[in-house]
Amino acid sequence: MAYTEEELKKELETKEYEYGFYTDIESDTFPNGLNEEIVIAISKKKEEPEWMTLWRLESFKIWKEMVEPEWANVKYKKPDFQAISYYSAPNKKPKYDSLDEVDPELLDTFKKLGISLDEQKKLAGVAVDIVMDSVSVATTFKKTLAEKGIIFCSISEAIKEHSELVKKYIGSVVPQKDNFYAALNSAVFSDGSFCYIPKGVRCPMELSTYFRINQAGTGQFERTLVIADEGSYVSYLEGCTAPSRDENQLHAAVVELIALDDAEIKYSTVQNWFPGNKEGKGGVFNFVTKRGLCEKNAKISWTQVETGSAVTWKYPSCILKGDNSIGEFYSIAVTNNYQQADTGTKMIHLGKNTKSTIISKGISAGKSQNSYRGLVQVNSRADNARNFSQCDSLLMGNECGAHTFPYIEVKNKTAQIEHEATTSKIGEDQIFYCNQRGINTEKAIALIVNGFSKEVLNKLPMEFAVEAQKLLEISLEGSVG
Amino acid sequence: MLKINNLHARVEDKEILKGINLTVNAGEVHAIMGPNGSGKSTLAAVIAGKEEFEVTEGEVFLEGENLEDTSPEDRAHKGIFLSFQYPVEIPGVSVTNFMKTAINESRKAKGLEDMPAKDMLKLIREKSEMLEIDRKFLSRSLNEGFSGGEKKRNEIFQMAMLEPKLAILDETDSGLDIDALRIVANGVNKLKSKDNAVIVITHYQRLLEYIVPDFVHVLHNGKIVKSGTKDLALELEEKGYDWLKQETVI
Repeated sequence: MAYTEEELKKELETKEYEYGFYTDIESDTFPNGLNEEIVIAISKKKEEPEWMTLWRLESFKIWKEMVEPEWANVKYKKPDFQAISYYSAPNKKPKYDSLDEVDPELLDTFKKLGISLDEQKKLAGVAVDIVMDSVSVATTFKKTLAEKGIIFCSISEAIKEHSELVKKYIGSVVPQKDNFYAALNSAVFSDGSFCYIPKGVRCPMELSTYFRINQAGTGQFERTLVIADEGSYVSYLEGCTAPSRDENQLHAAVVELIALDDAEIKYSTVQNWFPGNKEGKGGVFNFVTKRGLCEKNAKISWTQVETGSAVTWKYPSCILKGDNSIGEFYSIAVTNNYQQADTGTKMIHLGKNTKSTIISKGISAGKSQNSYRGLVQVNSRADNARNFSQCDSLLMGNECGAHTFPYIEVKNKTAQIEHEATTSKIGEDQIFYCNQRGINTEKAIALIVNGFSKEVLNKLPMEFAVEAQKLLEISLEGSVG
Repeated sequence: MLKINNLHARVEDKEILKGINLTVNAGEVHAIMGPNGSGKSTLAAVIAGKEEFEVTEGEVFLEGENLEDTSPEDRAHKGIFLSFQYPVEIPGVSVTNFMKTAINESRKAKGLEDMPAKDMLKLIREKSEMLEIDRKFLSRSLNEGFSGGEKKRNEIFQMAMLEPKLAILDETDSGLDIDALRIVANGVNKLKSKDNAVIVITHYQRLLEYIVPDFVHVLHNGKIVKSGTKDLALELEEKGYDWLKQETVI
C-alpha cells in the first residue's frame, strides 16, 4: 500500500502527541505514558545530578528491550505501562478535613490495630492542626542518629547530599538489567529511603517509628538503599500494619542492602496493601525486588509479614559473597479471597562456611493461591556451606491452594542442605476443641494461625510483632463461613 | 443442672442417639457406660454443641435453659466442659496461652475485664500444683508431642482452670497408667462440689473406683437401657455387656 501524504500527516500528529508534549515541570502530575522525556523530566523535577539522569535513561533503554516475566504461579491482567503516570508530587494537601469523612471501615481497622488518633489522621490523609507528638519524635530521632554519624534520609535527598555513596552502591546488588520490574524501577523510581551506618556503629534504635509516620506518599516505585559499613548494625523496619489504600495498582519497588565485613542488617517488612475486594476486584500488584549482599562475616536477615496486595511477586534474597557470612529469611505470607502470592527467597552461597536459614509460613484461605518459591545455590568455591529450609503451609477451607517450588543447586560436595516441608489444614476438630473451651471460631483461627506463625513473629521487633499478630487476625476475618 | 428429654441425633444419615432421657442434679456424679459404638461420645459431643451432629428430636436443658440454638462457645461460657477422648494438637500455642485466651473469652462473654496477669499466674500455680503438673509443661505447645497420659492430665488441668458447672469426662481413663489415673481422679474429686456435676464416660469400672458415681447408666444402641447405682458398674464388670444387649434386642 502506498504511503499517502494523508497517512504521513496523521502519523506525525500522533507522534506529536506521543513525544512532543510540553513537560510542565511546575505541574504536579505528569501525563500518562513512559518515554525518555518522561524519564528525564522525573530526574529534573527531583533536581538530580547528571549521572543519575543518565543511569535512569540507561535503565529505561534496558527495560524497553525486556518482557514481563511469566514464570510465577500467578494470573493477572498485565498492566498497560503506557497508561500510568510516572510522576506525582507528594500530596501535601490533606484529603479530608476531619476523621468523620474517612471510610468507616478503614477507621475500624485502625482501631483494631490500636493506632493512635493522631497517627490515624496522618495515615488517612486528614489535616492535622496540632503539633503531632510524632513530629517531635522524628526530630529527636534525627538528632540522635546524626550524633552517631548515621545518615537516614529519603533517597532523593541522598542522591543530592551523599551523591558519592549512592553512586557507588545503587544498582550494585540489584543491577538495572536484573529483571523487568527492577529495570522499570531504576528508570522511574519516585522516592524511597537511604540509610548509611558508619564503621563500627550500632544503630541505637529500630529505624521504624520515623519510617512509619513518613511512609505515606512515597509513591509506587519505591527505591531503598541500606549500607551497613564494616562492623556496624542496623535494624530496619519497612511498611505499616495500617491498611494502605493506594490508587496506584502497580507497585514495583527495589530494595538493596549492603552489609560490609562484620556488619549486620536486620530488615523487617509488614506489607498490607489493598488486596482487592471479596470478589477479587481491584487490589495492588506488588512486584518487588529485594536483595542483600553480605561481605566477610556479615549477616543479613529478612523478616516479612505479607498480608496485602492482590498479586505479590517477591523474593528477598541474600548473596553470601564473603566467607562466614549468614543469610536468613523468615516469612509469613497470608492470602485470602482471590489474592495470589508467589514469594520466597534466594540464598546464593559464594563464600566459604556460609550459612543460610529459610523459614517460610504460607497461610491460604478463601479462593487464594499461595506459593513458596526458593532457590538455594551453593557455588563451587563455597566450601562447607550450610542451609536449612523449612516451608510450612496452612490451608483453610477447600478452595485455596498452597504450592512449594524449592530449587536446590549444589556445586560443592561439602555442602549440607536440609529441606523440610509440611502442609496442614485447620481442622474442624481443632476449631471445635477451641469452641468447647469458650473460644469462638474467629478467635480460634487467630490462635491457630498465630501458633503456626510464631517462629517468624518472634523474629519481629517486639512492638511490631504485636501489631503483626493483630494484622493476621484481621486479614483472615470472615474466612470461615 | 442438666435435663435431657427424648434426645435424637444423627450424623449425615445415620441416627446415633435414639431417645435419651437423663437428669443430672447439682452435686451428683453420673457414669455412662456401654460398649463401643453405643453413642457415648456422641452424647457428650451433642451436649457440648458440636454442629456435625444434627439434633432431630428432643431437647437439652442446662439450668432450665434450652440449649437448642446455643453455640458451642456459649455453652462453654454457661459452664459446660468436655474433657476430650482425643485432645487435639495446636502447634505453637502454649498451654498457658490457650488457657489465658479461654478464660478471658469466657469473662468477656460475661461482661468482665480480662483477668489480671497476677491473678492468672496465681490460678495457674494453684491448679498445676493440685494436679502435680510441672510448670515447664505449661509452656509447651498444646498437646503437641504429649503422651496419652499428659494429654488427659492437661484436660483435667483445663477443667480445673475453667471451673465448669457441668464437666463431661469422655474416656479420660483411657491411656492412663495407674498413677496418672489416681492423680487425675483426685483432681476431679477435689473439684467436685454441691454446686457442680460430673458425667464420667467410661468403658471400665476402674476409674469409678476413684471417682465414685451416684448413678450409673448403660448406653446401648443410642438409648439408655439400664440405670442404677454404682453396683451396676460392678455387675457390668463381672458380666460384660452381652446380657444387657440380649435383654434389649427386640
